[in-house]
Amino acid sequence: MADIPNDAPQHCPGTSSEQAGKASACQGCPNQAICSSGAPKAPDPAVEEIKLKMSTVKHKIVVLSGKGGVGKSTFSAHLAHALAADESTEVALLDVDICGPSIPRIMGLEGEQVHQSGSGWSPVYVEDNLAVMSIGFLLSSPDDAVIWRGPKKNGMIKQFLRDVDWGELDYLIVDTPPGTSDEHLSVVQYLSGAGIDGAVIITTPQEVSLQDVRKEIRFCQKVKLPIIGVVENMSSFVCPKCKNTSQIFPPTTGGAQRMCEELSLPLLGRVPLDPRIGRSCDEGKSFLNEVPDSPAAAVYQAIVQSIKDYCASGFSSDGNPNADNE
Amino acid sequence: MLGRSVGAGLFPTRMLEVPVQAAHREVITADLQWWIVHGAVATNRHVAHIDPTRARECLFCDRGNLEKVGHVVLVLSGKGGVGKSTITTELALALLHAGKKVGVLDVDLCGPSIPRMLGVSNREVHQCDAGWVPVCVGRLSLMSIAFLLDDPDDAIVWRGPKKTALIGQFVSDVAWGELDVLLVDTPPGTSDEHLAVLENLKKHRVDGAAVSTGDVRREITFCKKTGVKILGIVENMSGFVCPHCTECTSIFSKGGGEELAKLTGSKFLGSVPLDPLLSASVEEGRDFLQAFPESATYSSIRDIADTLLTSLEH
Repeated sequence: MADIPNDAPQHCPGTSSEQAGKASACQGCPNQAICSSGAPKAPDPAVEEIKLKMSTVKHKIVVLSGKGGVGKSTFSAHLAHALAADESTEVALLDVDICGPSIPRIMGLEGEQVHQSGSGWSPVYVEDNLAVMSIGFLLSSPDDAVIWRGPKKNGMIKQFLRDVDWGELDYLIVDTPPGTSDEHLSVVQYLSGAGIDGAVIITTPQEVSLQDVRKEIRFCQKVKLPIIGVVENMSSFVCPKCKNTSQIFPPTTGGAQRMCEELSLPLLGRVPLDPRIGRSCDEGKSFLNEVPDSPAAAVYQAIVQSIKDYCASGFSSDGNPNADNE
Repeated sequence: MLGRSVGAGLFPTRMLEVPVQAAHREVITADLQWWIVHGAVATNRHVAHIDPTRARECLFCDRGNLEKVGHVVLVLSGKGGVGKSTITTELALALLHAGKKVGVLDVDLCGPSIPRMLGVSNREVHQCDAGWVPVCVGRLSLMSIAFLLDDPDDAIVWRGPKKTALIGQFVSDVAWGELDVLLVDTPPGTSDEHLAVLENLKKHRVDGAAVSTGDVRREITFCKKTGVKILGIVENMSGFVCPHCTECTSIFSKGGGEELAKLTGSKFLGSVPLDPLLSASVEEGRDFLQAFPESATYSSIRDIADTLLTSLEH
């Protein structure tokens, strides 16, 4: 797809087009010489650099959802906590939500700063084996808005992947903003050399959310990103007083279950809506440690186990996810 | 007259400048190409279906498409899933029931949800001389990218500049006609879409932003930096009333909206409880305000709409 700079002349064919620098619209453009030389068409050197950097990272998992507020960050944080529960597993969590980073809050790291070392930026450590990186650590106040357009966000993501001193890792979890846009394309593109194990897709049961999630699945298919499975969040609500279950977000079209059957994707699990999850996120604690015997924690553990199995079984490089993940 | 209007209005003016001859085909930028493919097919399909009265109405509309729009209100939130689209939909309906002419512009390109919430997901956009004719839902006009997609599951995998271009067209090439209020529903964040909307609306005036709570401290900073007046803050999903025992649980923390409004010196417009009836009617595209006039949610939405109207008129 053509890559058109923000300030390009009208009818710019795009820097990666065959016609770059040669089309009639390119006459008089200050970058015409660069475009016609073919230099911009070469792959971004960062892809190779990132591949080198990521050679010490065993598994890379992207957490996606088309819809906002369905619990991507909550899930990413708990996946990181659960994987890091085993002390021999090195886990890192990267937050590429540039405009609304919530990982620092959920991990209880608000106000932390990133330090620079000889080998790059040092991530912030929650535990010895759990590193976190987010743009939230680079802001002077949590109220600061990052009002950036796409290209600047892409530059930041490139730096996160290339310039952060991740060290030896078993798992790198990437938490994304909602949508199918700059951040997602960048992550997939920059990690294309290193290879992503797969994507976990988060949804809530109602159709308004599922319709955006179907778009996200279509995106994964377009960019050939294997899907580990779908997690349905906020499935049902158990009243803390009377213990009755109610559906806050009614699955009018069969919920994630139906969607997964239709698209033949594995449904990793259905996490009930528990007010304690939200509370522990607000306080920056792990729900899995706070209330380990709750039904929601059990579902989380099962989901984490199937993701572990998926990664351990060695995803096939041709992009076919294993079917035995349920 | 109809024939002429259809011919001339095949593409909005900007597209007519695009050379489509085979020799120049590569000149067409990627997004215009998309339009030519999808837009032309759609247009050809509809040439026969353009309603003559609508087409004539459009001929009489003013060229400046937003000239007859009284107020433009943005609905913003930094956080996703806090109910921006739900609040936009319900506010639009409430304003409509208050006798106002309302338009809704959905600039969430990657996940448009308003069409479904209003039960018009499979309608299509028509063309006329003044530009694109928004889809009418009763007396409400609506424009969203969902109307331009052939398959509702299609993903718009676009980077910023393309989104900016389309939003520019949404603002300038849609024939809104005469409206009292135009509500603009945005995607979460503070990025391309938001800047694009503001830039394009700069020629007209933005009356301000209603913000739903969530991660809104950043959104408030955004408004301050870009000089948009904050009309007020709406707190959504402020508690869940268990239908079995009527115990109200605050699923997400409560009272933050009011506190925030005080802290930032903006108006607190009201709070909307988490109501399964509301989510169900949004799912099915029914008018919640007509279906459940007795519910507490109804009165809170109406109050918010009233407060909004008063602050717009003063």
